[in-house]
Amino acid sequence: MSTKTSGATVRRGRPRTTSSRENRAGLAFVTPTFLVVLVVVILPILWTVLLAFQNAKLVDIQENGLFGNWTLDNFQQVFGSPGFWSSLGTTLLYTVGATAGSILLGLVAALALRKPFRGRGILRASMLLPYVAPVVAVSFVWEVALSPQYGIVNEWGGKLLGWDDPIAFLSTRSYEVSLLGAHFDIPLALLTVIAFESWRYFPFAFLFMLARLQAVPDSLEEAAEVDGATLSQRFRHILLPQMMPVIALLSVLRFIMTFNKFDDIYLLTGGGSGTDVVAVRVYDFLTSRFDVGAASAQALILALVLMVLLGLYFMFFGKKVQEEQA
Amino acid sequence: MSRAQFEERFFGIARWVVIVFLAVITIVPFYYMLLLSVKPIDSLLVDPGSLWVSSKDFTLDTYRSVLKSTEDGGQGFLGMLGNSALVAVATVLLTLAAAVPGAYAVSRLKFFGSRHVSALFLAVYLFPATLLAVPLFVMFAKMGLSGSLVGLAIVYIAQTVPVSIYMMKNYFVTIPFSIEEAAAIDGASRLQTVRKVILPLALPTLMATGLYVFMIAWNEFLFALLFLAADPDKWTVSLGLQQLANGIEVSKTVLMAGSVILTIPVVILFFASERLLTEGLTSGADKG
Repeated sequence: MSTKTSGATVRRGRPRTTSSRENRAGLAFVTPTFLVVLVVVILPILWTVLLAFQNAKLVDIQENGLFGNWTLDNFQQVFGSPGFWSSLGTTLLYTVGATAGSILLGLVAALALRKPFRGRGILRASMLLPYVAPVVAVSFVWEVALSPQYGIVNEWGGKLLGWDDPIAFLSTRSYEVSLLGAHFDIPLALLTVIAFESWRYFPFAFLFMLARLQAVPDSLEEAAEVDGATLSQRFRHILLPQMMPVIALLSVLRFIMTFNKFDDIYLLTGGGSGTDVVAVRVYDFLTSRFDVGAASAQALILALVLMVLLGLYFMFFGKKVQEEQA
Repeated sequence: MSRAQFEERFFGIARWVVIVFLAVITIVPFYYMLLLSVKPIDSLLVDPGSLWVSSKDFTLDTYRSVLKSTEDGGQGFLGMLGNSALVAVATVLLTLAAAVPGAYAVSRLKFFGSRHVSALFLAVYLFPATLLAVPLFVMFAKMGLSGSLVGLAIVYIAQTVPVSIYMMKNYFVTIPFSIEEAAAIDGASRLQTVRKVILPLALPTLMATGLYVFMIAWNEFLFALLFLAADPDKWTVSLGLQQLANGIEVSKTVLMAGSVILTIPVVILFFASERLLTEGLTSGADKG
């Protein structure tokens, strides 16, 4: 692992040591990738940090220098605005719901498709459709299918389930349901976008869990079966522990992705009816108010919240996951 | 009946219920999309619940209208398909060019910082796309690239480089070292080894990664919206469909035809390469 080049420098003229040559080659090979990431990711992020502390509007950004005119106005404005905290809460609910939903559905799907049957290959392939299809197209299909005027869901809901009135799934902030005489208000639009997100990303979880399931040695389960363990016991004590690392990894990945999600919600509801996640707010600040500073400040806060949450996760669960693996 | 027997029977049935349920939720939405795209709008409004189209209603006018150029009174999707294809292909080439050497270095060479590179590239995901969107939006406006398809492709690299490195790295480590050593003994430089030995062997992963990148670029919406919304000539299919759905009244069935056109290229590519792609994505998953 030593990267010292002393051997080459002391005795001049001799070829460099292998490790030093490898070091140089490695750095050379990584350079193109690194440059690209630097230009399109790292520099923009640093610039966002600067913008967040400046009073930058899109019109006067030409005159603004990179530095100077520091201000905390943006953060004051963001924290002070009434919608911010509730939208952060919505983001969290949405993320937790959609992450759990997609992983649960993925797990159930992986278990159901574990043993071969006729048509498994084709079903497995078509189950990935929601994940690979363009978000604009699938969100549009959901919009039409859920429409109160001409949507197939409301039509069938009326016929089969006896709904009295068509339900506006994507524009109802809270919907009253009565269950056993008690009345609840459920955030219907939010639940609908969570359902959409779970539907769209369960194939991703399914893929990873199926790959893991098929790597579990048969002998483990056979031994348990001989010992008289039932199906659910075998799942609980053998399969689940084997799956835990992959489930933990998927939870982190899906959480990060969903937390930052913009397009799915923007396309389905435009951020209305109680689905105003922070990512959509950033977009609104940027394009309808041209307030670059406030948009940057919000995006920055979103990233910071995510980092804190991940930090907490790894503090409490990181060790556990490693132990499970060991 | 013992508990074990009961469970065998119960889960035996539950399994088929789940399989049917999964088939319904994944196939029906796409069938519905296809179905509405070949119906006149009137028949949708008259009978929204119908899951069939009668032969006298069947029409392809929706496709004609969505593909025709705007001068001929259509929606100009043919031009948008060209834009999408251009952006997606450019993104694939640029991403592979940037990610192949990186993935090779990470999988093969020990160098200063090698253990942190993957972490750095994955950290890209921590930042919301909207966070990148703000400065890139401003930067591109300043550079005059904001209405440009090339600019869009450059931005997409950022979204695709981390996954590409991950997928290719997992494949590179399976190529035995001895092959490289043999090439080195024959006097090949490292660059020659990579080009003449590693790349041909890694063709499957290059294909899989390229296809995945193509899908991401073809499906992308946020940056297209930010950079191109003002310039209808440059719209990609995704952006065009969203703008039409939001803007002037175009009938839903015509828009469904647009959705089908947007979806078909990706689905064809996907089904042609499903095994390759899923293996590329999940390799390493079974190691937990």
